[in-house]
This record gives sequence, structure tokens and C-alpha cells, in this order.
Amino acid sequence: MTYSFTPITPRPSPVKTDGIVPWLRANLFGDLKTTIATVLLGGILLWLIPQLLDWAVFRATTVTNADACRATGVGACWGAVIEKHRLIFFGRYPFEEQWRPFVATLLMVGMIVVSCIRVFWRPWLAAMWLAGLAVFFVLMYGSVFGLSKVETDRWGGFPLTMLLATLSIGMAFPIALLVGIGRTSKLPAIRAFCTIYVELIRGVPLISVLFMASFMLPLFMPQGFSVDVLIRVLVGITLFTAAYMAEVIRGGLQAIPKGQVEAAATLGLSYWQTQRKIVLPQAMAMVVPSLMNNFIAVFIDTSLVTIVSLYELMGSHGLAFNSDADWRPFKIEGYIFIALIYFTFCFAMARYSAWVEKQANKGRMR
Amino acid sequence: MTESVRKLPPKKKNYSWRSQEFRGKIYQVIMIVVVAAVLLTLFSNMASNMKARGIQSGFDFLNQPAGFDIGESLTSFDSAQHYWVAFLIGLSNTLRVAIIGIVLTTILGTLLGVGRFSRNALVRGFCASYVSFFRNIPLLLQLFMWYILFTEVLPDAKEAWQAGNFYLSKGGLSFPKPIWATGHLTAVAGLLVGIVGAWWIRRRAVAHFESTGQVKSMFWMPLAAVVGGAIIGWLAGGMPTDFDTPKIGEFAVENGGALTPEFLAVLLGLTVYTAAFVAEVVRSGIASVPGGQSEAARAVGLNRNQEMRLVMLPQALRVIIPPMTNQYLNLTKNSSLAVAIGYPDVVSIANTAINQTGRAVESIAIVMAVYLFTSLATSFFMNWYNTRSAIKER
Repeated sequence: MTYSFTPITPRPSPVKTDGIVPWLRANLFGDLKTTIATVLLGGILLWLIPQLLDWAVFRATTVTNADACRATGVGACWGAVIEKHRLIFFGRYPFEEQWRPFVATLLMVGMIVVSCIRVFWRPWLAAMWLAGLAVFFVLMYGSVFGLSKVETDRWGGFPLTMLLATLSIGMAFPIALLVGIGRTSKLPAIRAFCTIYVELIRGVPLISVLFMASFMLPLFMPQGFSVDVLIRVLVGITLFTAAYMAEVIRGGLQAIPKGQVEAAATLGLSYWQTQRKIVLPQAMAMVVPSLMNNFIAVFIDTSLVTIVSLYELMGSHGLAFNSDADWRPFKIEGYIFIALIYFTFCFAMARYSAWVEKQANKGRMR
Repeated sequence: MTESVRKLPPKKKNYSWRSQEFRGKIYQVIMIVVVAAVLLTLFSNMASNMKARGIQSGFDFLNQPAGFDIGESLTSFDSAQHYWVAFLIGLSNTLRVAIIGIVLTTILGTLLGVGRFSRNALVRGFCASYVSFFRNIPLLLQLFMWYILFTEVLPDAKEAWQAGNFYLSKGGLSFPKPIWATGHLTAVAGLLVGIVGAWWIRRRAVAHFESTGQVKSMFWMPLAAVVGGAIIGWLAGGMPTDFDTPKIGEFAVENGGALTPEFLAVLLGLTVYTAAFVAEVVRSGIASVPGGQSEAARAVGLNRNQEMRLVMLPQALRVIIPPMTNQYLNLTKNSSLAVAIGYPDVVSIANTAINQTGRAVESIAIVMAVYLFTSLATSFFMNWYNTRSAIKER
């Protein structure tokens, strides 16, 4: 018996599955259909992005001179934003005093950042917010500590946006909590009242609520009693926001298994004890991501108050550009600037909300 | 005949604070009294305020001539017509932009949402960045940007961009409009007959499939019925082919049908913005169907198309429809922002009416009633659709 060794032909080496080429094959040029999609979409983007970049960066100018911006061949005129940035940021607030809204805004942003960090979720956070808001008002309104008085109708720009968003969220939350609990209550009159409130508000646009707040609220007040326009608008946004938040909270409440409430009853807890110690903690943990979405929506919706003539970020943009014939053609640069501000804040909030959701789901992941 | 049915002892009425039931009643009475008192105070304040300021009240102003013109309307409107006509035109403008917007948003949003699952990285990335970009910028800002784009970046009417017989310029979009003839009426009638026929054919085909298992055409035949019906109607009506084509005139693009830049800006703004939200709704709906369903569908031999249509979509729709309803309602309500760029929707008409007559309460009440009605009608329809697509449990 003799064996002759005839090796079989070696198999080809396996197709590479990592590196750039395989990734391209899997993700961009897998088959005919994806290749077509890649070429089409890639073509459009390759055509569009260089043009945008050319306009926004390469041909752009930062000189604060409207005539230089009008020259042919000049792209974006960021000089318009540089020229107007104080007006866009602070609205009609007196120019020499604008350090006050600046410090106040920094304070507000600082407080928001602190509130987002888990280590600081302690009872004193609420106290810090109350103190912070008081400082904010003192800084903005003045008339004490040698600060000159600035009426609320001169407040504007980014500080006003921040103020409207934070205050309306802060005030809407307790209302929403009560209404949300009320909608799941067993008492028919309370349930009906809460339902009517939520459905009425959710059925109409925010603009009409704002119109109502600014036109009708003064009529509702006793004679000789006038309400500041800022407060009217705040009431409007708060009532509007509360209805939406109440719906979110109700969603959380309804997701609590009935056994939890029954178990609490067996232990002899009263209704409010049950809500406070058993139902709400679980429900709130569930709805935090949706609530964050609500917060983003409120921040974005504050832009509507410009329609009832409060000069927050959108309104102060109008102040800066609408009445200035020199700079009016460069409105769009201004819009891009405030769009960037809104985007930065909302995107940060959205990322944070995703993080919170992941944290909340950690316990459920196995 | 033993014992008769034993009666339960009558429920003891407990009027003590210890009884939860009694306490509940007290709470409710307190709440009703408080709410009624607050409302009464507010309205009596309002009445005395209005008296003091000499504001008249009542809806009688609706019968007065409006005294202002409306930039665009489906039917012609002049300032001598009554306020109620103006409000109706505002309503029709709102509904027009909302309905077209809902259709376009659904298409765009669904494409974007499905695109998030594409195997193509470029498509995936594009859809994801679209959503996070447009969701995080205020709609009002987007509307202003679109409006500027239409009124300042586009060329003048004289140098309008032209594609076939379509012209796009600062004056808006002009398009050829068929000249109305009886042939169009018969074509529409034919189309309606075709739709009924298609529904009937499809029902027959489904019944045939369920009783015998043989597949009959469930898509192409009904489609042929619809198209065929329309064509036969058109042929029977004398084949009208005349179009009113626009052409570039001295100052503007003349003739033809036209969409104003305001309408286009509102429509585009609403569609692009809401599509980002719809895309998220569609994405989460599809993601909610467990992966095993897809694998099982492939295992029983369905192709990708059937898998999507018969297995994935029916399950995803259940998750999608309720939030989708909310998005439709949001779009309708957001169309009220049109007031900011001068599209004469119902809010804008009400605003003018308030400035001219001072009837703020009545005008705002009309606006709210309009939106409440639209919201309720939409949610009614969507609830009906939702029960249709809900799980049929035995």
C-alpha cells in the first residue's frame, strides 16, 4: 500500500468582512438597487453641499458693511449677524445694561446644566432654582441695589426665550400632575373637568391660546387691574403646556398595573399616600423621556410669542432686520444664526433625553 | 320551592367623613362650586369691562360687509361681502393647506421612516439627519425661511424658471389648467364608477382566494378598472384637451392656474417639518414589530413584498396610527402659523376682523370652534380607522 500525497486545491481565502471595501460593499454598493440609491443621493449631496459651503464659507464675508455685502460674487454676509448680534440676543434691553441679561442667562443655563447631572438631584435643587429665579428677576428688572429699572416690555431676545420656557415648564408641571391624576380619578365630576380641560386645549392651536391670553385675559380681570403682557403670555403657554404634559403623565399612570394600587390599599395607605408613594414614582420614571420631548416642544414653541408682540429670539430678529433697509436683504443670515441657537439647545436636550431613557431602562435590561 | 332569592341588605348610607364615597362627593361638590364661581367672576368681569370700554358684543357683525380683500381664495371675494363669507374663505384656505399637507407629509414621512431601515448607509444617514435637523428648529422660523426663499431668492416673473409649461418665480408657481368642459365631468363620473368597480373586483378576488386558495389579481385588475373608468368617461365626454397654459407677461406670469408664494411656503414648511415627526412615528412603529415576525414570514415562504404587506405593516400600523393621528392634528393646528407670513387662513381673517371690529371674544371663539371641530372630526375618522386595523380578538 502506497499512498501518494495529492493535496486538494486550496480553498480561496474567505472574503474579507472588515475594512473599508467590505463595508462599502455591504452598505453602499450591495446590489443594483442600493448602488442606484447611493449614486442618486450621493450625486445630489455632492452637487448641493459644495454650493452651500461655497456660499456659507468660501465666498462669505464678515465685514460689517452692508455695501460690501451687496457686491456681486459675495456669498453669505455674516457681517450682518456680527453687526446685529446684540440686538438679536438682547432685543430692546437698554444697550449699556446688557451685561445684566447676559449674566442672568448664564445663570439660567448654569442652573439647567446642574439640574441635568444626577449627583445634584437632591431636595436643595428646588431651593437653588427659587433663589436662581429670584436673582434672575432682580438682575433683569432692577430697581434695587442701584440697578436701574427696566420694564418687562423692554426685555427681549434669548433671556426672554429662556425665561418663558423655564417658567412655563416649571409652572405647568404641578398643574399637569394634578390634571393627570384627575383624569384617572374615580370621581366623575373631577374626571370630566380634567378631560374637558385637556381636550379643549389640545384641540386648539397655541396661537389661538396666545391670542386669547393677550386679548381676553385683560377683559377677565376686575376693572382697573391690568396684567403685564409677559404674565399674560406666560399664563397662556403654561395652560397650553400643562394639557399636553397631563396627557403624558396620564399615559404613565395608566401603565401602572392595578395590583400596585390594590396592594397599597391592602396595606392601608390612603388615596394620596398611594399616589405619592406607589403610583407616581413608578409612573414618573416611565414618562421621563416623553416629558423631555415636551420640554423641547415648549422651548421651540416660545418662538410663537413673537406673534403677540413679545420680542424673544424670533421677535428680536425682526427688530434687528425688518426696519433696517440696509441690512434687510441679509435677514436669512440672521435666521440661520437663530436657527443654530435653537438647534444647539434642542439637540442637546434630545441627546440628554436619550441618555436618561437609557439610564431608566438599565434596571430592566438583563 | 325552598327559599326565595335572598335580597342583599340595602346599602347603608354613610354620611360620615370616614366614608370614602361621601368624601368623594364632598370633594366634587367643592370643585364644581369653585369652578362655577371662578367662571362666573371671570364672565361678569368681562361683561362689566366690555360695558365700561364700550365694546359691543354679539355675533351680529358677521352680517356686516367685511371691508377688506383676501389675497387668495377658492371663490372670488370682494370687500363688500359679509364677514361670515370671509370666515368661510379663511376656513377653506386652512383646510386646503391642511389636507394637501397631510397627504404630502404622509408620503414623505413614510419614505423617511422606512429609509431608517435601509441597507444603504447613505440613505440611513440622510434620513436620520433630516429628522434631527428639522425637528429641532422652530416651525415659525422654517416658515419664514421658506417664505424668504420664495419671495427673494427666486427670480422675477420675467425670468421665471420654466419646466415645460410650469413656471416658478417670485409670483409663485404657475401651471397649465384644463379648461373646464363637460368631458371632465364625465371623466370624474367614470373615475367614481371605476373606484366602485375596483372595490367590488377586489372583494371578489379576496373571497375567491379565501375559499379556494387560488390567487387572482388583487391589485392590477382594480387599478385597471379605476384608470379605465376615467378614460372611458373622458372619451364619452368628447375628449376635451384644451389647457389654459401660463405665459410670461409684462409684470407677472399670466393665465393658467397659480399657487401663491404664501401658500407654497406654508405648505412646504408644514410638510417638511411634520414629515420629520411622521418619520419617527413610522420608524418606531416598524421597530416595534419583533424581529421573529420577519424571520417567520420568510420561513413560510413569503417574499419581501408580501412579508411587508401581510406581516409587518398590519402589526406596525397598530402602533403607528394613534401617534400619526396626533401628527395630523398638529399639522392642522400648526397651519395657524400661516398668519405670520400673510397666508389668509382662518386665524389671519379673525385677526383682521378683531382689528376692524374689536370683537375679540367672538372672533377667537370662532377660531377655536373651527379647530376644535376639525380636531374632533379628524380624531373621529382616525379612531374609526384604528378600530378597523386593531387586533381582532375572539
